[in-house]
Amino acid sequence: MKTSETRERVVVTGMGVVCPLGHDVGAMWEGILSGRSGANRTTIFDASTFPTTFDAEVKGYDFRKHIRHPELHEGCSRGSAFVLGATAQACKQAGIEAETAQPTDGIDRTRMGIYLGAGEGSLDNESFFGCIIAGWDAEQQRMVWPRSTRVAMDRMTAVRELEQEPNMAAGHTAMLTGARGPVRSCLTACAASTQAVGEACMIIRRGDADIMIAGGAHSMIHPLGITGFNLLTALSRRNDSPETASRPFSGSRDGFVIGEGAAILILESLASARKRGVSIFAEIAGYGCSSDAFRITDMHEEGRGAVLAMHAALADAGLTTDDIDYVNTHGTSTAENDSIETLAIKTVFKDRAHRIPVSSIKSMLGHLIGAAGAAEIIASVLAIREGVVPPTMNLHDPDPKLDLDYVPNAPRKMPINTVMKESFGFGGQNNVVILKRFREET
Amino acid sequence: MTSARVVITGLGAVSPLGLTVDEMWAGLTAGRCGIARIQAFDPTGLPCELGGEVPPYRIQDHVPKAMRKAVKLMCRDIELSVLAAREAVASSGLITKGIDPEKVNVDPTRFAINMGAGMISCDLEELGPATAVSVTDGQFDLHKWGQDGIRQITPLWLLKYLPNMLACHIGIIHDIQGPSNTITCAEASSHLAIGEAAQIIARGNADVALAGGAEAKINLMVMVRQNLLCRAVAGRNDAPDTACRPFDAQAAGAVFGEAAGVLTLESLHHARSRDAGILAEIVGIGQSHSVHPAYARMEPDGAGIRIAVEKAMADAGIGPEDLDLIVPHGTAVPQDDLAESRGLEAALGSAARRIPTWPTKGQLSTTGAAAGALDVVAVVRAMNERLIPPAKNFTRPVEGCNLNILTERRQGAIRHALCCSHTFGGQTAAVVLKSFEGGARQ
Repeated sequence: MKTSETRERVVVTGMGVVCPLGHDVGAMWEGILSGRSGANRTTIFDASTFPTTFDAEVKGYDFRKHIRHPELHEGCSRGSAFVLGATAQACKQAGIEAETAQPTDGIDRTRMGIYLGAGEGSLDNESFFGCIIAGWDAEQQRMVWPRSTRVAMDRMTAVRELEQEPNMAAGHTAMLTGARGPVRSCLTACAASTQAVGEACMIIRRGDADIMIAGGAHSMIHPLGITGFNLLTALSRRNDSPETASRPFSGSRDGFVIGEGAAILILESLASARKRGVSIFAEIAGYGCSSDAFRITDMHEEGRGAVLAMHAALADAGLTTDDIDYVNTHGTSTAENDSIETLAIKTVFKDRAHRIPVSSIKSMLGHLIGAAGAAEIIASVLAIREGVVPPTMNLHDPDPKLDLDYVPNAPRKMPINTVMKESFGFGGQNNVVILKRFREET
Repeated sequence: MTSARVVITGLGAVSPLGLTVDEMWAGLTAGRCGIARIQAFDPTGLPCELGGEVPPYRIQDHVPKAMRKAVKLMCRDIELSVLAAREAVASSGLITKGIDPEKVNVDPTRFAINMGAGMISCDLEELGPATAVSVTDGQFDLHKWGQDGIRQITPLWLLKYLPNMLACHIGIIHDIQGPSNTITCAEASSHLAIGEAAQIIARGNADVALAGGAEAKINLMVMVRQNLLCRAVAGRNDAPDTACRPFDAQAAGAVFGEAAGVLTLESLHHARSRDAGILAEIVGIGQSHSVHPAYARMEPDGAGIRIAVEKAMADAGIGPEDLDLIVPHGTAVPQDDLAESRGLEAALGSAARRIPTWPTKGQLSTTGAAAGALDVVAVVRAMNERLIPPAKNFTRPVEGCNLNILTERRQGAIRHALCCSHTFGGQTAAVVLKSFEGGARQ
């Protein structure tokens, strides 16, 4: 492999989002500034008898209104539909022509790649359960497979089955943009899209691409997804008050509120951005990744992996904790995450931990799972540009054991130059990205 | 900043040809076929009743005593990956916590893991009781599911099926605290994962990495999906040995199977410092994408493969004349094989007609996220044995394919070898391996 001497700087030149607060970056930011909640009763399927009956859905969204050739994407999953809208916006902002076989933007498609943290599409539930019903022999407590097979081959359709595959969001993104550079899709649970952004930066740094379309797309708001999270008791059950259920760092937090969406950043080498003369919104300065190697079910009690990833990101950026102005947390509103994340921040930032604002926009967006990190990175870019720290909403009864400055209930104006963004996932996945205000000199 | 050279020091494989690398290699060289009528469930009624199944094993025998509780949380994909990872570690001479906690010789924080994983289909039988109590008038009843069905399922159910759990279980067993990622790009996954892991070592974020992939496709839902997509071979159920015929004129589709392949990757410096046996070097990585509106197939001209191969060759700094072996993806889906051969020919020119080419899936079946890793394992063995077995079930090429598919075994040095892969959804990848100067230490 090439033994490169260069290290390209990586900047953000476009952003797009489809999330529970709205269908573009402006709507998301307006929602964050006004402390709006995206949570409400579940409408995607009838969840009325589930332990949790609410979520944070993307409402009123039709990908066909965001692109010119929806016929190339018919039948795509919710996650893929979201990513099409988000990518179209981000490309437009960055001056990348989408949906054309003959782009005139001067970008070599083999030097433009994609990196998504993306999840599976919903099952075809009726056929899936119909297939189990047909095959289940209650007396013998086993499946009679040929009976299931008949129903499955009869009722299921090729497109619906294919579109469940987690790499399809990347496939649709490539179809939309013509990207022929490195394309990867990862799924490290709730940390996936922060990882995607981080690894996409590494691809540009190494010189393997000039531009990476990076971010996440996911919807686990489907019966088996909600079943799984409910069984883990990870979801809030505050069914009488969806809008206040996501309350990271509060004493009465009882789980996360599941959301859905897609968030895309156009990452670009500084040389390419300069050559194309496009606006630069921020620089990605550092990336750190680690694993807990502790338990499948729990985070390491001392946040060992989180601390390691934060240190790795700082070292990669060549920064110290003194340089960080704001920490955009993973902040899920589960008992475990918010406690251990607080502990990890204290371990890394020491005395400074109490002096820097740390907040969670999941209090408004809910938890976008695979897409969460990228949406939060976009919010972090806006925090730098607008000089506003997003609030942690619904924080009226602080957990006495959690004593950082969580920016409760209202955004805060202050100059921000550098943000640390953390994401953690089930199984002990830790990813941290550091963003900086872009300056010509490093 | 100079990148580290990355070498392979350990191999692990669990495949339809056996539970170890030795068994796989013995099967490959003996012309054995791992494909047979599916045993795990009654496949009657599927157009393709064939599969590549791993021989029986007891997972408890392959997990350290202290961690045996965790086997309850392992779906089959995870089990297979745990087996292959153990062999990859053991054969490298590295001593991890999972091998002998008293004699660990690798720094856990400098140890990475990067696995390809599939979309894991859940066990239908496990959902039988929950589904059975959720039926009204013969139809699935979501109300009853939310109320009663959910309670029939084990609380940690979801954790068995998250794709990143392969890497997490392996990481816990072997105490891997460095970067961890899970690539979910279907049949291109493990080449992408191996490439990323090599780059993580090259850029200095780890000294050692486990990389590869695993997937268990012997699941009714997976089989239904591939049959609906018309990728599985139909009408050959009576002749499993000759059913799967990559690049052959009589090819009529793929056979799907289960496997895990894992490599131990190391920086050359780290491998030398512990006097490790070096099996091969990874010298080139290339990735791209197929852009084709029929997402289940490759674009006819194989451009996605062409670009990935060109990039990998450029990364390796070699020309077509330096290649002594190509292991193509070759699933035996005729139009995909043809597209791949066109892509290879476009990338390598007339040399593509001469370079010995050895598709493996006629014996190993298409094992999804494990496929590319199995091929790399096979190439490394071929390099060290100075032997390329003939392609199974190949007599004359599909019209338009000019590759030199081997019909007889070939002996001699293999300096450089190329592996490539593509997948439904579009991702493509290529890896160039180089035999290590001085050969392997015996």
